[in-house]
Amino acid sequence: MALLENRDDGATEIEDRFTLVGDEDALPESGGVIVSLSRFEAEKGALIAREGDLGVWLDSDESPSTIEGDLGSLAVVACNFPAFSDGRGFSYARLLRERYGFKGEVRAIGEVMLEQVPFMIRSGFNTFALRDMKSLEEVKAVCDEVRVVYQPTGDGQATALQRRLGR
Amino acid sequence: MAKESKGTGPQIVIANNLASGRVVFLEKGAGAGSVSWGGLIETAEVAEDEARANELLALAEADVSARNEVMDAYLIDVEVTDEGLRPTKYREAIRCLGPTIRLDLGKQAEGAEA
Amino acid sequence: MYRYDEHDHALVQDRVKQFRRQVERRIAGEISEEQFRPLRLMNGLYLQLHAYMLRVAIPYGTLDSRQMRKLAYIARRYDKGYGHFTTRQNIQYNWPKLEETPDILAELAEVEMHAIQTSGNCIRNVTSDQYAGAAKGEIEDPRIWCEIARQWSTLHPEFSFLPRKFKIAITGCENDRAAVKVHDIGMIMKRDDAGEVGFEVIVGGGLGRTPFVGKTIREFLPKEDFLSYLEAVLRVYNQLGRRDNKYKARIKVTLHETGKEEFTRLVEEEWNAIKDSTLKLPKEEVDRIAAHFEPPAFKAFEDAAPACDARAAADPEFAAWLRHNVNEHKASGYAIANISVKPVGEPPGDVTSEQMDAMADMADEFSFSELRVTHVQNVVLPHVEKDQLPALFDKLTEAGLATANVGLLSDIICCPGLDYCALANARSIPIAQELTKKYTLEKQQEVGDLQIKISGCINACGHHHVGHIGILGVDRKGEEHYQVQLGGSASEEAALGKIIGRGFTGEEVVDVVDKILDTYLELRQEDESFIECFRRLGQDPFKERVYGTA
Repeated sequence: MALLENRDDGATEIEDRFTLVGDEDALPESGGVIVSLSRFEAEKGALIAREGDLGVWLDSDESPSTIEGDLGSLAVVACNFPAFSDGRGFSYARLLRERYGFKGEVRAIGEVMLEQVPFMIRSGFNTFALRDMKSLEEVKAVCDEVRVVYQPTGDGQATALQRRLGR
Repeated sequence: MAKESKGTGPQIVIANNLASGRVVFLEKGAGAGSVSWGGLIETAEVAEDEARANELLALAEADVSARNEVMDAYLIDVEVTDEGLRPTKYREAIRCLGPTIRLDLGKQAEGAEA
Repeated sequence: MYRYDEHDHALVQDRVKQFRRQVERRIAGEISEEQFRPLRLMNGLYLQLHAYMLRVAIPYGTLDSRQMRKLAYIARRYDKGYGHFTTRQNIQYNWPKLEETPDILAELAEVEMHAIQTSGNCIRNVTSDQYAGAAKGEIEDPRIWCEIARQWSTLHPEFSFLPRKFKIAITGCENDRAAVKVHDIGMIMKRDDAGEVGFEVIVGGGLGRTPFVGKTIREFLPKEDFLSYLEAVLRVYNQLGRRDNKYKARIKVTLHETGKEEFTRLVEEEWNAIKDSTLKLPKEEVDRIAAHFEPPAFKAFEDAAPACDARAAADPEFAAWLRHNVNEHKASGYAIANISVKPVGEPPGDVTSEQMDAMADMADEFSFSELRVTHVQNVVLPHVEKDQLPALFDKLTEAGLATANVGLLSDIICCPGLDYCALANARSIPIAQELTKKYTLEKQQEVGDLQIKISGCINACGHHHVGHIGILGVDRKGEEHYQVQLGGSASEEAALGKIIGRGFTGEEVVDVVDKILDTYLELRQEDESFIECFRRLGQDPFKERVYGTA
């Protein structure tokens, strides 16, 4: 499993500074943790008070609207894709970025298909847990493949319309 | 699609060629390491019993993974008629022959590569 | 019609390169069929009974002669010399090879065509009225908005993995020829009280396993809010649509289960958050696209057409063609000519490459090089000078495209069915062929306006739910069997047909239609059409005749 981050000069592999902690598991002494939404809601105070960065992972039927008020305490929100065909995470990422103004890490986890990464980047994801990555070159090639976008998203990329109007 | 033999009657293995999309049949004499696919039902190996049917299917699926030339292999029931082998289900018969409304197209007219 | 600029070209070309790479990886075994399948579907490539099938997009059914010639060339070079026009104004090729599809897409890209999003759980071809830009009484050309929606929906990063496919149709006329009320989103252009042009937004129509007529969720949407409202509907659907059950995943079920009021509230809430965003359409861009749809340079004519009238008086075949296949045009002295692709005994909607080339030539000679494809699987030359109709008719006759049956019994909508389609339960084309062979043109004219629609399975690609007579093929204990429905309509008075009773064999179903027609001819009053007669009398007299229970 490779954790990739999308940077200005393309995708790069990074160390995961978070531990994904199960609902029944003990939290590590220190360091970043990512917990499920239900655990976050049950242990919110303790998790926020704990030393170390905090993240929540949302399943595909868990909207980020449920944590809108807590985003200030979170370093990362991860969206799970239980199947690559379940595209709810794309809307969640856009809401996190464009509606709630979340500036932390937005991570795609689960069944993340390489060919979806360009769409994920445009939707606001900046990190990706990729299961069968063959090479970084391949990821970069896929990300650079289609040069033109028609729809404005929060990624700031100039759309065809904006180029036409000289913006 | 039958992933296992479900009956006791004669069966053959049918699949699709990956590159062309055409229907192909597991040919006679299939054994470990030697599997061939033909374009016409005439050359298909007919498994008379369930054991051989499952064996053929297993060989086919192994070939699908090994050589990546063929995909979606499955078993179909056939019967021997005066005109040769025919699938018992009309859907599979159409797959083996071609569109019924264009008798000039498909395997029925153009042969194995159609 | 719309012409690509450098950005549109770049996107399509990049897409071809991308698909070529994906195909190479698949053939080399680097990606599995499971991983490849959604990718090939997003490029319109299916695997069917005999071969792959490639569905090429014809955006809002509009193409020019150059594009039609390219479609002919593809049929000749890469397929078996023919193509099939579909109920979503697209064209299908039944015999491409996977290894050649990147080349086919490259050919298409040369003439500003593609197969992007003609399959898969994404936004599909935005369809429209085949008479757009030519019809009398049109509020505005809806294709301007179809093109805006096409660009917005192409490779939309948020909406490429929807719960299910998504189909949008837009019409600019009250008289709906685009079946907007049975689409996921249907839009009807209209004027508000101040005379401003905008859209009525209808959501949740659809056919298939659970058919619904769409519900109006917004009576009037201003033009500048066109895209933001679409985005709001899609965002609500993407989050709320069911992911657990493929048969309940369309927006029609989401709307039904959520309730129209709550669904509308969710859409309006989302829309209010985004309507002043970058999706607000600048007038400049609307004008830029609208300029592509300016009408051609019509000559100033009197409406009289002496050559046409003289020929009609002398030639009954031409007169019949004029009566059934030709429609009024908004410009004086012009007409809209339908090309029937429903010859007797042939698969409805199939065209040979020779016929495609002939139609391209006719478009050049008679219709400013422009053609349309209709959702009833016919072709249209939208702008023909009336006095040139006789010459056009002669050319059509030469090409075998002059059957004078548009809107009549033999103008059947028919899906490919079990002769081609891996999803089908029964064959549909042979039923259509038998019906067209059974009735002379005279008899069909006596019957008058009649829409028969045939589907080979419950997915209803043949639109049987909205046929005046709808026929559905099913598999009954390993045999092909057919259910008959009556009273459907795809027009602005949309309605879903009802099954009349137990089903029939393929041999029986043609006689069933015959009995239905006899009943109509006996009971109709004055010049009631079939559907008007049905609405007056209800199902019973037809059922009784068919099942002999009178």
